Amino acid sequence: MSSPFKQRSVLPGFGLTLGFTLVYLSLIVLIPLAGLLLKTATLSWDEFFGTLTSPRVLASFRLTFGAALIAALVNAVFGLLVAWVLVRYSFPGKRIADALVDLPFALPTAVAGITLAGLYSPNGWIGRFLDPVGIKVAYTPLGIMVALVFIGLPFVVRTVQPVLEDLDKELEEAATCLGATRLQVFVRVIFPAVLPALLTGFALAYARAIGEYGSVVFIAGNMPMISEITPLLIITKLEQYDYAGATAIATGMLLISFMILLTINLIQRWNRRHIEP
Amino acid sequence: MSDPSETFTVKSSRSLTEPRAVRWLLTGLALGFLTLFLVIPLVFVFVQALAKGFSTYWTAIIEPDALAAVRLTLIAAAISVPLNLVFGVAASWAIAKFNFRGKALLITLIDLPFSVSPVIAGIIFILLFGRQGWLGPWLAAHDIKIIFAVPGIVLATIFITFPFVARELIPLMQAQGSEEEEAALVLGATGWQTFRRVTLPNVIWGLLYGVILCNARAMGEFGAVSVVSGHIRGLTNTLPLHVEILYNEYNFAAAFAVASLLALLALFTLAAKTIVESKIRHHPGKTTGKTEG
Repeated sequence: MSSPFKQRSVLPGFGLTLGFTLVYLSLIVLIPLAGLLLKTATLSWDEFFGTLTSPRVLASFRLTFGAALIAALVNAVFGLLVAWVLVRYSFPGKRIADALVDLPFALPTAVAGITLAGLYSPNGWIGRFLDPVGIKVAYTPLGIMVALVFIGLPFVVRTVQPVLEDLDKELEEAATCLGATRLQVFVRVIFPAVLPALLTGFALAYARAIGEYGSVVFIAGNMPMISEITPLLIITKLEQYDYAGATAIATGMLLISFMILLTINLIQRWNRRHIEP
Repeated sequence: MSDPSETFTVKSSRSLTEPRAVRWLLTGLALGFLTLFLVIPLVFVFVQALAKGFSTYWTAIIEPDALAAVRLTLIAAAISVPLNLVFGVAASWAIAKFNFRGKALLITLIDLPFSVSPVIAGIIFILLFGRQGWLGPWLAAHDIKIIFAVPGIVLATIFITFPFVARELIPLMQAQGSEEEEAALVLGATGWQTFRRVTLPNVIWGLLYGVILCNARAMGEFGAVSVVSGHIRGLTNTLPLHVEILYNEYNFAAAFAVASLLALLALFTLAAKTIVESKIRHHPGKTTGKTEG
């Protein structure tokens, strides 16, 4: 007899492991997050909505979501390119390049932050070439995008790469035999197959970029209304003991992050249905 | 491994790959992008760290505040990694070996900390344990400090690194199914023996992979820890926070010297990760269960 909750199995340890999982998940993640939502519920509508629609917060939303979007798009294009080159071509140093792609995951964000700020400042290694032609990167929104491109780089590569590796060469051969040019094969056969993975990687990079703090604050300049990202604004409110304001902004961000998470899940479900019919 | 298909491709049809010029152009573009965004920053850290000579470098690292930061970073990792490891094993056992209602929701919830901004991960613990938080008055009455103290830093680190091991192990154990475990049990092994002798050897590299990533993030976390730390020098500064303080004091050589320690950690992580990945790939049947079954 299997219960309506769990199917019968001979393996032991279900109660113990699931119980521990639920308790630990609740203590570390769910209860603290619920605390944030409860705190939000104690705010008046004016406190909540007024905070979220104040010019400074709106400006930070525009900057954060806009810069994250552009960075994620750059990552989608170059991530696909890097994944393609790593899977399809061979060149010296390929294994090192492949391993290095994960550097943004492994390098602490504060280190990335001070490094990028140093590189792109007007007298830095890269900034000194851009400054004379009038391109200012450090301490401008452009600097924020550079940091977010760095942070999001592995997501698209690592989601697209396995799909490209598993791609059936026979499909390409068939298309070629039927007279398709190489470009047609890419656009009609290869691209549709990697599109779900590309979208997933894009969404993951976007979600990460929205919440990113450490790599951005050093290069951003942090001018209210111009180069102040939302996570920094939350910290500023906390430091001013404006807990209501910080809570309202945090909840607003959290809701948007959840919507992105939901989108990723939908893409993956759609993806799975296409791969395993 | 890809040799047979490659030779076949080359022999059968030239148009199955791009013209040489296109291949070189694409490779050049990709490597240029990687150099600009990965290689140059990495080199920059070490050049800046040693810009004022080795003695300045060494002084910045053995300075008491820096050593205190190293110690706190190690403590935070030494607590959060084992806890999340135990959790990851328990969660993946429950999820991969049994069918129950709400499983998809549970997997989504485990991934939650990845989609939450580190700053929000910090603020939720301030709202719980801070002076104005839900438990603040009670903690103050019992003289327990969590926020702006070590426990807060550990808690924030646990939250941030929560999914790493679980998310590596769940798909791996799901792909392996549970026939081997069932056979062991039928042959008279206890549950614990089955786990240790059958399940664990099958997933050990995946587990190690999760631990490596978990550890890198635990030692490198900045945003969440920064919110709950209070930045008390020598007491509540982890290595990344120490880097920030030095940088904001315009002590760039020292900031990059300490940062180079974290960059070395990152390089070590990448190397360990690459080795473990090749181990996973060379254990046939371990990860390919899905496609074979």
